[in-house]
Amino acid sequence: MATTPDTPNTAPGLIARVRDSDLWFSFTRSPVVMVAAAITAFYFLAAIFAPLVAPQKPFDPANLSLADSFTAPAWTEDGLPQYLLGTDDQGRDILSTLIYGARISLLVGFAAVIFSACLGIALGVTAGYVGGSFEAIVMRTADVQLTVPGILVALMIDGVARTAMPRELHDQIAIYVVIFAIGVSDWPQYARVTRGATLVEKGKEYVQAARVMGIHPLLIMLRHIMPNVMSPVLVLATIGLALAIIAEATLSFLGVGVPPTTPSLGTLIRIGNNFLFSGEWWITFFPCLALVGLVLSVNLLGDWLRDALNPRLR
Amino acid sequence: MVSFLIRRVVQAIVVMLAVAFLSFSMFNYAGDPVNNMVGQEATQEDRAELRERLGLNDPFLVQFGRFVANAMSGEFGISYQLQRPVVDLIAERMPATLELVAVSAVLALATGIPLGVYCGIARDSWLSRFFLTISLVGVSLPTFVIGIFLIYIFAVQLGALPSFGRGGVVEFGWWRTSFLTVDGWKSMIMPAVTLSLFQTTLIMRLVRAEMLEVMRTDYIKFARARGLSNRAINFGHALKNTLVPVITIAGLNIGALIAFSIITETVFQWPGMGLLFIQAVSFADVPIMSAYLVLVALVFVSINLIVDLLYYVVDPRLKVDRGTSAGRVN
Repeated sequence: MATTPDTPNTAPGLIARVRDSDLWFSFTRSPVVMVAAAITAFYFLAAIFAPLVAPQKPFDPANLSLADSFTAPAWTEDGLPQYLLGTDDQGRDILSTLIYGARISLLVGFAAVIFSACLGIALGVTAGYVGGSFEAIVMRTADVQLTVPGILVALMIDGVARTAMPRELHDQIAIYVVIFAIGVSDWPQYARVTRGATLVEKGKEYVQAARVMGIHPLLIMLRHIMPNVMSPVLVLATIGLALAIIAEATLSFLGVGVPPTTPSLGTLIRIGNNFLFSGEWWITFFPCLALVGLVLSVNLLGDWLRDALNPRLR
Repeated sequence: MVSFLIRRVVQAIVVMLAVAFLSFSMFNYAGDPVNNMVGQEATQEDRAELRERLGLNDPFLVQFGRFVANAMSGEFGISYQLQRPVVDLIAERMPATLELVAVSAVLALATGIPLGVYCGIARDSWLSRFFLTISLVGVSLPTFVIGIFLIYIFAVQLGALPSFGRGGVVEFGWWRTSFLTVDGWKSMIMPAVTLSLFQTTLIMRLVRAEMLEVMRTDYIKFARARGLSNRAINFGHALKNTLVPVITIAGLNIGALIAFSIITETVFQWPGMGLLFIQAVSFADVPIMSAYLVLVALVFVSINLIVDLLYYVVDPRLKVDRGTSAGRVN
């Protein structure tokens, strides 16, 4: 470790370490990735501070005036200056719905990724460490599920939840159902990767030493093995975030995702799609653009991370 | 050979039974089937009688056995929402989906392979870099966004193509085809392009990677040394050797096409199984859902089985190794 002895606190050391790292080096060398990172950061900030940056509270009926519905974007002839990207059928400012929509999309995406990563890592590490019939069952299930596209698994889970619950209850917890459905549809990736890495780590001396010392297997898995199998998970999670956002948007577009009362980008596209033929193109166009921009920049980041962290490509 | 075959078939049967079990429990335990069938004013006795008639009081295994037997003869009950036998509904919608999937698969192969070959041969030209960038954008575009853009450009702005439905259909018994009318083909264009775009990018990248690999091999160098024409080398030797994995992936992806046809069919209101399914999901129409689940699982399992067996036939190395789950590329 090349930390200089004359730095007393850890903060400059951390910054210096980041600046000296290979990751930072390759980051500064690719302008495309920097743009993608900037766009992603922009989305995150807008989503976090949505109530502060959005020009209007789009889902508070007191704020809306129906007289302003179907206003075209501000730069066109019929546009109004206070509605930069126009308004929809309810008179909601499109820009504000986008900001709040991105918030829901990112929230669901993150929660789904965290859920599937936790599930996959737990199953993968345990399968790799314990072995035997538990491993066989988990990995066979993962294999079978991998042959089925994730969106189909998510749709099935969502459909089952719809049948199992009364309508009102389902509308209330729809967002959690979507998170669960998308999360479950993506766990095999994480399980495969972490199991492979666990098999490697298991044979190493530090794990054997821990075992000889009589540390509980659960603790060995948590404290010793897990930190060492996490780096491929980071790449998977980044690409998984893009996939989860697409999956959520697709479910919502199909009308089985988050309810229209808290619309995500996919729901907005679904709503706007109804007005495509009557000439109000902006109601669906801007949500589409926002979704593609978000997914594309996260995908670019994921691609870069995979190449940068892969020692074989250096 | 025989043990490999048996293991594969047994695996397929286990998967099908698991799916059937899932579908069965959805049927029986997600909501009360009796409640879904009788009206509000049915008396307690009516319910009890129906319960007895439906065999809901039988032991669990008997019920499951009956479900599997019924499923094998195509009997999935009656749709709650449409009040018609599920078999009929699916048989009616199946041709539309299969035609769409077939056209998309052909389209994806017909555009993906030439593009991939080009990007593999001329790997540093600006055009192949351009194709690669486009393919990354293509992966990031959700299917329905592509569909909406196509509709806006070609149906709303240009008015050149119909934006929904199948157009004119011709009936052959129960099979309604849109292959025989100009109108039907015009309606097919946008849905097929939408559905195939993702597969095209996938096949293109795969063919490119395989071409790059093959181009490095000794027999290509030898072919060059013999002074064969570029065309003979590229197509006669290189492309031929990339096709086995490509066909495998394309075959496996027929299942993905069927799954993604749900989205495409919703965008274009294409009257296929996917649209039927998505309507069933939003109305909690369990019989259709469970039938679709079993049907799609059957398609996936059969394709996987066929591909695995074909691989075994094609690739002699597998006969030496033990043929476990490693039968596929990657």
